[in-house]
Amino acid sequence: MSERTVRDGGAPLPGNPRGDASPDRRDGGDSDIAPQRHDEPALLAVDDLHVEFDTYGGVVKAVRGVSFSVRPGKTLAIVGESGCGKSVTVQSIMGLIPMPPGRITSGTAMLDGIDVIHQKVVEGEDIRGSRIGMIFQDPMSSMNPTMTVGDQIAETLEVHRGYTRSQAYARAVELLGMTHIPEPAERAKQYPFVFSGGMLQRAIIAMAIACEPDILIADEPTTALDVTIQAQILDLLDELQATTGMAIILITHNLGVVARLADDVAVMYAGQIVEKGSSEELFHQCAHPYTLGLRAAMPGNDPHREQGLQAIEGTPPDMFDPPRGCSYFARCPHAMRLCEDRLPERFEVSPHHYASCWLQHPASPVEVPGLYRGEGEAA
Amino acid sequence: MSALVEAKGLTKHFRIGRGQIVHAVDDMSLDIHEREIVGLVGESGSGKSTFGKALLGLHDKTAGKVRFDGETLPGRYRPADFQRYASRMQMIFQDPYSSLNPRMTVGEIIGEGLRLHSDLSGAEIRERVHDWLRRVGLEPDHASRYPHEFSGGQRQRVGIARALIMQPQFVVCDEPISALDVSVQAQIVRLLGELKSSMGLTMLFIAHDLSMVRYVSDRMAVMYLGSLIEVGVSDDVFFRPKHPYTELLIGSNPQPDPRIERGRETVAIEGEIPSPVNVGAGCRFAGRCPKVMSVCRTDTPPLFKVRDETGERRVACHLYADGGDTAPSGVQGNGGSNGGGV
Ligand SMILES: Nc1ncnc2c1ncn2[C@@H]1O[C@H](COP(=O)(O)OP(=O)(O)O)[C@@H](O)[C@H]1O
Ligand SMILES: Nc1ncnc2c1ncn2[C@@H]1O[C@H](COP(=O)(O)OP(=O)(O)O)[C@@H](O)[C@H]1O
Ligand code: SF4
Ligand code: SF4
Ligand SMILES: [Mg+2]
Ligand SMILES: [Mg+2]
Repeated sequence: MSERTVRDGGAPLPGNPRGDASPDRRDGGDSDIAPQRHDEPALLAVDDLHVEFDTYGGVVKAVRGVSFSVRPGKTLAIVGESGCGKSVTVQSIMGLIPMPPGRITSGTAMLDGIDVIHQKVVEGEDIRGSRIGMIFQDPMSSMNPTMTVGDQIAETLEVHRGYTRSQAYARAVELLGMTHIPEPAERAKQYPFVFSGGMLQRAIIAMAIACEPDILIADEPTTALDVTIQAQILDLLDELQATTGMAIILITHNLGVVARLADDVAVMYAGQIVEKGSSEELFHQCAHPYTLGLRAAMPGNDPHREQGLQAIEGTPPDMFDPPRGCSYFARCPHAMRLCEDRLPERFEVSPHHYASCWLQHPASPVEVPGLYRGEGEAA
Repeated sequence: MSALVEAKGLTKHFRIGRGQIVHAVDDMSLDIHEREIVGLVGESGSGKSTFGKALLGLHDKTAGKVRFDGETLPGRYRPADFQRYASRMQMIFQDPYSSLNPRMTVGEIIGEGLRLHSDLSGAEIRERVHDWLRRVGLEPDHASRYPHEFSGGQRQRVGIARALIMQPQFVVCDEPISALDVSVQAQIVRLLGELKSSMGLTMLFIAHDLSMVRYVSDRMAVMYLGSLIEVGVSDDVFFRPKHPYTELLIGSNPQPDPRIERGRETVAIEGEIPSPVNVGAGCRFAGRCPKVMSVCRTDTPPLFKVRDETGERRVACHLYADGGDTAPSGVQGNGGSNGGGV
């Protein structure tokens, strides 16, 4: 792959509350011991993104003021229930929102000083596919069924990198090998439909990283796969990140997958990010009742089952007419009266860990016991 | 505890032309005791759904027997058999979208079983439908709406009401939560748990979320390529898996805790589940097993009985031919591939 080395260190946001080693690196690289540098700018900074869709039922306010940043070489996981706006958020960055019916009403996504939402081509090069790669949940949807896998990857390299046909094809085979597809030269000659789901996802990853992107966006990359194949794909993403130094935005609703790969986590609910911080903070010191609810709704590995499974009752709000106060109000076991009318303001829970909720907000008029701040067992 | 459902050597093959045979389920023997929940896990294509359907007579059996409440069920159901067993055995399906007829109202869907298989009057059926809508957390006036007006979780509640209104003794839940969001999964699991207790149900709970299966079930059964390869008390199997495949399967399941996950060694199983077409002799996991021995390639391992902390465990692996490492010497594996009920 490229000559680039793993870029360690970090950007100011979001997360990594401690100055010590990032807790979530497992590659054994230098980044494990290197101190975090908070002065390094974010690789990608999304600011105040709003996206709507015109539908026959009205205007769906799919994304409502989302801001986050991605640190170079790190993995940001975006989690939340289906329909909360995860895919729309990353599709906006990739220029994949169909317009109409979609509309990005405001927001920027800065990658190295360029707003990729408003400027798609830089120096004749399409940023999508070259600096940002993307993989989807359904691998078949991103492959052309009438072209061999090798030709498709080669085509990407011819278009974006100006490789000659034979250079591109040779590189395509190499990329298939990098994703641990056995007999890559043979597989390159085959059509997508003869690949299993797991092999196809590897081929898609090979295609997405062909141009050595700075960021790989993976939208539910393992949701359609068995746990065993999921484990293989997660290992592969981890390995590729260690060797190429690319950052990853990982969308998933599986908190196990988040724990496995993420350095930072953003929790979305009803079109907004309600909490973000380091993976360690979000799993063990979460401050937002929804984050806590998601944790408690999953059976953990606790040998004593008595703790039980806590369902989040009800459903997310109607996105045609989102609540004027906290969007989690209707389901929140800790809701207070002010939550219904006043949109919760974001506050810093601990350095680089933010939540939008009145419960622990310093400006909240209500005295609340530190319910969520207990060490360890947040759930 | 007596067995309510007993599968003995249950086999289901599909012929797919040119002499090709899919060994979807081969020689499965499993007992499910009264009021017990048995979780069934395995990768997709391992035969879980086929096993569940064959238990309920939704597939003709290629070989083997199913006994239900002491009675041997027919190998091939005739219409009268469905009529006879519908009120005793039911199935809840994975996909709350495709398993509900979009042209029927929710009330018609839930009441259909009673209309076909009972002699209750229309008014009586309507009353039961309303009662069941309430029991699954919906409203009686939802009866007149169509499935597309409901969320995935609500549709699964409809699927549950449709099955349980028949007052069955035994229910096969085939991935009832796989298509749902995490928060909704917990709602459905809790609902099933409450109904199970109040109705005294016996369940086969098929799922691929291992943590959820462990949470839900009393015992856990693991399938690989059409065969039962391990069965035991859920916590024993989950925390102390014995079969090399179970070990790798459970190791692949990421835990929602970065403190565990970041320290974890790579455990991914090499390769993928092979095709179940025309499988031969030997252990079906031999091609991927890190502990493979020469006997594994020639002899199919039967389910060996292995001594365990809290209950009986059976493992189909030659490593346990002498009762396994935890068994006191002298305990011999129960040979023969029909090694009795579990
Ligand atoms: N092309 C579209 N037209 C209309 N509505 C859309 C479109 N794409 C997404 N939406 C709506 O936007 C909201 C967020 O969707 P999405 O980002 O896909 O959610 P998820 O978090 O599951 O990825 C949903 O309410 C969805 O119905
Ligand atoms: N009607 C059928 N005809 C042919 N093959 C089938 C049929 N139903 C299932 N199979 C095959 O049987 C095997 C087991 O399938 P299934 O029971 O659905 O597995 P699981 O539920 O564990 O995913 C698979 O290889 C599948 O393709
Ligand atoms: S702002 Fe209020 S309703 Fe919203 S999550 Fe916090 S406590 Fe609950
Ligand atoms: S029988 Fe042999 S190949 Fe099969 S699981 Fe046991 S050790 Fe592995
Ligand atoms: Mg999505
Ligand atoms: Mg199935």
